[in-house]
Amino acid sequence: MIMLQTENLSKNFLLHLQGGVRIDVLRGVDFDVRAGECVALAGPSGAGKTTLLRSLYGNYRAGGGAIRVRHEGAMVDIVTVSPRVVVEVRERTLGYVSQFLRVVPRVSALEIVADAARGMSHDAARRRAADMLNRLHIPTRLHGLPPATFSGGEQQRINLARGFIGSHPILLLDEPTASLDNANRDIVIAMILEAKAQGIAVVGIFHDTHVRDSVADRVFHVLPLQDAA
Amino acid sequence: MNGYNFAYLDEQTKRMIRRALLKAVAIPGHQIPFGSREMPLPYGWGTGGIQVTAAVLGPDDTLKVIDQGADDTTNAVSIRRFFARTAGVATTTHTAEASVIQTRHRIPEQALREDQIIVYQVPQPEPLSKLEPSRAETRRMHGLAEYGLMHVKLYEDITRYGHVSISYDYPVMVGGRYLMSPSPLPAFDNPKMDMMPALQLFGAGREKRLYAIPPYTRVTSLDFDDHPFRTTRAPHACGLCGARESYLDEVVTDDRGGRLFVCSDTDYCETRRAEGHVGTELAV
Amino acid sequence: MTQSAHDETLLSARGLNLRFGNVIALDNVDAELWPGEVLAIVGESGSGKTTLLNVLSGRMAPQSGVVWYRDAQGHLADVHAMSAPALRALHRSDWGFVHQNPRDNLRMGVTAGGNVGERLMAQGSRHYGNIRQEAIDWLAQVEIDASRVDHLPRTFSGGMLQRLQIARTLVTHPRLVFMDEPTGGLDVSVQARLLDLIRTLVRRLGIACVLVTHDLAVARLLAQRVMVMQAGRVVEAGLTDQVLDDPQHPYTQLLVSSVLSA
Repeated sequence: MIMLQTENLSKNFLLHLQGGVRIDVLRGVDFDVRAGECVALAGPSGAGKTTLLRSLYGNYRAGGGAIRVRHEGAMVDIVTVSPRVVVEVRERTLGYVSQFLRVVPRVSALEIVADAARGMSHDAARRRAADMLNRLHIPTRLHGLPPATFSGGEQQRINLARGFIGSHPILLLDEPTASLDNANRDIVIAMILEAKAQGIAVVGIFHDTHVRDSVADRVFHVLPLQDAA
Repeated sequence: MNGYNFAYLDEQTKRMIRRALLKAVAIPGHQIPFGSREMPLPYGWGTGGIQVTAAVLGPDDTLKVIDQGADDTTNAVSIRRFFARTAGVATTTHTAEASVIQTRHRIPEQALREDQIIVYQVPQPEPLSKLEPSRAETRRMHGLAEYGLMHVKLYEDITRYGHVSISYDYPVMVGGRYLMSPSPLPAFDNPKMDMMPALQLFGAGREKRLYAIPPYTRVTSLDFDDHPFRTTRAPHACGLCGARESYLDEVVTDDRGGRLFVCSDTDYCETRRAEGHVGTELAV
Repeated sequence: MTQSAHDETLLSARGLNLRFGNVIALDNVDAELWPGEVLAIVGESGSGKTTLLNVLSGRMAPQSGVVWYRDAQGHLADVHAMSAPALRALHRSDWGFVHQNPRDNLRMGVTAGGNVGERLMAQGSRHYGNIRQEAIDWLAQVEIDASRVDHLPRTFSGGMLQRLQIARTLVTHPRLVFMDEPTGGLDVSVQARLLDLIRTLVRRLGIACVLVTHDLAVARLLAQRVMVMQAGRVVEAGLTDQVLDDPQHPYTQLLVSSVLSA
């Protein structure tokens, strides 16, 4: 079942501060992903993979075309629908793990993850969050600390836990293993495979070919427009 | 009458004051502005009360004037003589014989009747004056019945002292609608105002406001459910007449700490003594 | 079904216009707010953001345009056509207003407990013990120790004063709170604590909030939607992360690129 699809999606950036220079990044993108499958976005650096991923999440505003998400039974076009609906879709259907953890002062690693849990009591969420952090080798003694001073790899693992705990039907991952060592990388692979087994549709950018080969069912190529003939 | 108009004020002024009093009676507890005149005594000496008395006094009235309950203090004597001279009315010290009673800071112990009028002298008519400096704002608060601030004051008292510390000029709600200052009466006197058969009129000369409580109006002192309003009086009997329920003055009798408690209401005390009641001071 | 999201706006404004002489404060401004959401209004000085807040909250009248408020019973009311008593009552119950300077909304000569309890007393609460206990509970919610309940705000720090103002505002469980630069003028560490508190309380209590700030980071932290204002006009509006990460309007791009990060 198609969970997410784009039709003729285009995205450009108009940089008013740089004299109105216009950068076209995406044009005519038709893309889809089904429940239980993982599609990897591939392409050279700067081609627009992250742009596409952020557009799918509604973080970037599309220039044209449609982005349809299966939200509670119906297809919702992220491009045209009101911001309020996008907030709902993100809450219940569409999850996103960015490349960098956005740190909030005073909020502990555990709270950051537990916050994103859905459909369980606060105590259950905290327990689940602790389990996930432990699985990702964030020791218990760090759970209660705000992650501002953690290493990049630790922050990314917290970010991942936060992304996975929600069990959203669709999950977008931007370079999930970029700052991880092999052991943690393998754990993330396992988590993605578990998600797929639960029927979650995954779209990811994986620089590491081993990871990509382990989880992706298909590869979708994003080619830089400037190089297009 | 020595060249004075009846009760000193000219007829137009008295009419203006009566019109204001009618408004006041129609809106119990609400302050009505009036054209307060220059009186032959300075502000702070009862000019408001005098003007109200002058406006309601008629040739057949009998006037009593008390100051802190006593008929024989300087001010009470002055004002009584003032009306005797300018209105030629009969005067008395007996509460039961008076038809108009002007008072500063006390209500007589003797219960008043429907055919009597009591006029209070008021220094500051605005009960919220110490809490809210802006008069425009207090007017708005009265208009909208926004009296939370006064309860805050009571709350603060209980927090600081364990009980409401207001011992005189204790704020009341009149007719369940307006917050009113009863004038600097001891809190002990507040209950007398509730459902009083007599007409109660209040005059503030310097502030140019008057207000009224019609007969048989509900007057309740502000309080909290768990800190109800309670009256306090010195736990003594009057040294002269032995009374145990009247409000007492404490009198210093010598320079060695000697004290005597006597009824603040001189007429009440005299009447009791005439009836044969005797306090410890007078017992032989 | 997602259609329900559009049904019942809590506050909606159409065509607001206001000028002060030659200065255009509001130029045909529309705004909408749904229950439980936080809307940030950002802009620099003179953008009109505070004027908009004042007009939305009925404190200032527009020269044209209308502001509708939907009360708990679902009835729509024109905020500027309401009687003064009705508007004041609204501000004391269903609405709250957090000022940039907490001293504007606190009685400095009244204890912390009295400040928090005042709205309760104004609504007819007459049990001292209960009022004081509720005040203590609310002080705890804004992380002010119960031992300070009988202290005067004169003895409080700036951050504590702001938290006290928030407790005083929230005690009547308002559905809608207007905030004007709630963290303005506070030290950074104090700001962080306050922002976290606001974020938690707003979410836990399901309060809708219109938040004026010049600080984009505050908007990103607290708001789902943001409106960017310049010279009285709304130049861009939408999802907070979208407006801040993919700004379309030149002014928004300028604002976003001007922000320094530590």
